[in-house]
Amino acid sequence: MATRRVRFTFEGDAVTEPIIYLLGREFEIVTNIRMADVEQDFGWVVLELDGSHDEIDRALSWVEEQGVRVDPVAGDVVEG
Amino acid sequence: MTYATSLTCRECSREFPLDPLHVCDFCFGPLEVAYDHDGIQSKISRERIESGPRSIWRYKDLLPVDDEFIVDLNVGWTPLLRADRLAEQLGMRELYIKNDTCNPSWSFKDRVVAVASSRARQMGFQTLACASTGNLANSVSAHAARAGMDAIVFIPHDLEAGKVLGSAVYNPTIVAVNGSYDDVNRLCSELADNRQWAFVNINVRPYYAEGSRTLAYEVAEQLGWRAPRQVVAPMASGSLFTKIHKGFQEFQRYGLIEDTPIRMIGAQAEGCSPITTAWRGGTTNIRPVKPATIAKSLAIGNPADGYYALKTMKRTDGGATGVSDAEVVEGIQLLAECEGVFAETAGGVTIAGLRQAIATEQIDPDEPTVAFITGGGLKTADAVVEHVTQPIPVEGTLQSFEDAFAEAPQAAAVGG
Repeated sequence: MATRRVRFTFEGDAVTEPIIYLLGREFEIVTNIRMADVEQDFGWVVLELDGSHDEIDRALSWVEEQGVRVDPVAGDVVEG
Repeated sequence: MTYATSLTCRECSREFPLDPLHVCDFCFGPLEVAYDHDGIQSKISRERIESGPRSIWRYKDLLPVDDEFIVDLNVGWTPLLRADRLAEQLGMRELYIKNDTCNPSWSFKDRVVAVASSRARQMGFQTLACASTGNLANSVSAHAARAGMDAIVFIPHDLEAGKVLGSAVYNPTIVAVNGSYDDVNRLCSELADNRQWAFVNINVRPYYAEGSRTLAYEVAEQLGWRAPRQVVAPMASGSLFTKIHKGFQEFQRYGLIEDTPIRMIGAQAEGCSPITTAWRGGTTNIRPVKPATIAKSLAIGNPADGYYALKTMKRTDGGATGVSDAEVVEGIQLLAECEGVFAETAGGVTIAGLRQAIATEQIDPDEPTVAFITGGGLKTADAVVEHVTQPIPVEGTLQSFEDAFAEAPQAAAVGG
């Protein structure tokens, strides 16, 4: 089992999609929201994902395919 | 002895031990080092600081490291130049340049890495790590060499050879990741959780960020123990910007300088300006961007401390600027031609941002202002190479020189 802390950023139509609900239903992972701020056409959610390493990878690839940006919880770590 | 007492969540204020942690287990907010302020207050004085070494370690009472673990490359105590010629060009009365190109690996990153590497040593790490396209990797590699630690540096696979050299000379392990920046971000974030490595800006980020405060300490001391009225500083993650302000506030808190207001102005390149865009839009929600600018050292599309940078601007009646790549080059040239300081592209962003802040009345040209120049120009020579003066070719005879010199446009600028 693995745990991953990530930040989802939603823009446009993705804001209205039940992405996190589907994530828990379509994949063998547990989602746990810790912080969020959602506006009409933009929002972000910080959450923890529990599951197998491969299943989390699969789930996050699917989330990105839905037009949601996925980042590590600490933001960009590649610095100049 | 350090006066650091714990790590505290910036969102929910929960406390954690001084371990290699960077986010709160409860709310995932960022952690920050907390100090015994009474202990510091009882010991610190202008005289004590002035009798210290000419480096950031003169402020060791304010840093989260015990003496015996300090990794000392003589970082900091860089020049604060009064910039009268540049001020005249910009229509300002009192302008200073904090010249951090003079650090051991030629950028301000030495400040943060000096603290991170020292704290990493104190916590028992043998390996320093980072993901970087330039300055940070250079500094991590140099500090690891100085400390006798191992270094592992992650870079994007397509990074130019010239940029790799600045790290490679110190003989770290360099891993070239075949993928996008996002892939490098993800890989390193996972590795930081799984390996016994001190990723300076991930799992030891709270200590790393503390090093930036020394920029403010030095400026206040070099100004004769006072704060400037206005500050212009570049923004990438936003950490440097917020910590400069925090540094001035701490000196005010300890009575080392007067409690005067300081207006904080952040500078970004338009090609990667998520913080400036949020400021202009009047929101604290930062929308991540894909960077597209020559100012690579500021190219952080999803800035970890952007929200806090916005709060600092608001609290200080400050502001934000966004400048084009052409303005960045002009800024580099203007600084070099007026003051003899060759800055990397981030410095061009700062100078161009200063000019924009004056034009948009975000700062008062009559008030004392400090602009922070955070890295040396040879790191980004490609940005200006086509824009600088070209040699006048001559034979080795007086006649050849006189003929060529008479026709050269540069000759008009040469006296005698």
